[in-house]
Amino acid sequence: MKNGLKKKDWMLIGIIVCVAVLVTLVHVFIGGKGASKVTVKVDGVIQGTYSLSEDQEIEINGGTNILQIKNGRAKMIEADCPDQLCVHQKAVSMNHESIICLPNKAVVTVESSESSEYDAVAN
Amino acid sequence: MRSRVAYFGVFTALALIFSYVETLIPINFGIPGVKLGLANLIIVIALYKMKLRETYLLSVVRVLLSGFIFGNYFSIIYSLAGGILSLTVMALLKKREGFSVMGISIAGGVFHNIGQLVVAMLVVETFSVAYYVPVLLIAGMITGLMIGIVANEMLKRLVNIQL
Repeated sequence: MKNGLKKKDWMLIGIIVCVAVLVTLVHVFIGGKGASKVTVKVDGVIQGTYSLSEDQEIEINGGTNILQIKNGRAKMIEADCPDQLCVHQKAVSMNHESIICLPNKAVVTVESSESSEYDAVAN
Repeated sequence: MRSRVAYFGVFTALALIFSYVETLIPINFGIPGVKLGLANLIIVIALYKMKLRETYLLSVVRVLLSGFIFGNYFSIIYSLAGGILSLTVMALLKKREGFSVMGISIAGGVFHNIGQLVVAMLVVETFSVAYYVPVLLIAGMITGLMIGIVANEMLKRLVNIQL
């Protein structure tokens, strides 16, 4: 007993898993549908909104990052920061998914064409 | 007193070396921000072996040093937020009886990620990163558990050291 996980440890694990599942369910049920455009924000200011249905490449922040939209999915293909975390992130297409480049304060968020109630709460 | 200072130096050096070793391990979990957190092993050990005040100091010194050597201005802020929140939660849980080293470490791993996510939200001024919470919770739990198991084994063998 001394070396294993105790009762309270298991309770802690249970709570963490429950919260994770709950947040996932909320995300899947409330968001997730009707995604059609991406919004690009730099330092909290909207730079532009782009349609996911048309293939294009977008320069963000005057070229520090390049976002590629292809087959209804958005992916960061270039960034000038050393860590390249946003470039390694997978392509996003679901509502409320986002790609974030912290060093350049750039946020790419997938959104539905019409604002839902969830948007008002989330933003 | 003299040996306390010496041990503090050794712990700092160990934490720094673990930060370095971590940059050498090419594990990419495919998820940005998820890593093993080897240096937290030292913080967990220190939590059990040192005074709380010294553990906080160790945590801050570790983050600053490794941030200046391996990271940048941003990584220091994120690590600092994660490290301090994680240590605070671990210290609170340790005061309450009934948690094993693994449980403490799991809480530490989870809250380390939460602290970083909160700072990320403030920096980019968006809450849309909230969907990322489940990933970070589970990742923090798994890495916390691994660190906890190792820390538990180490503490069993470090019974003679008490600072």
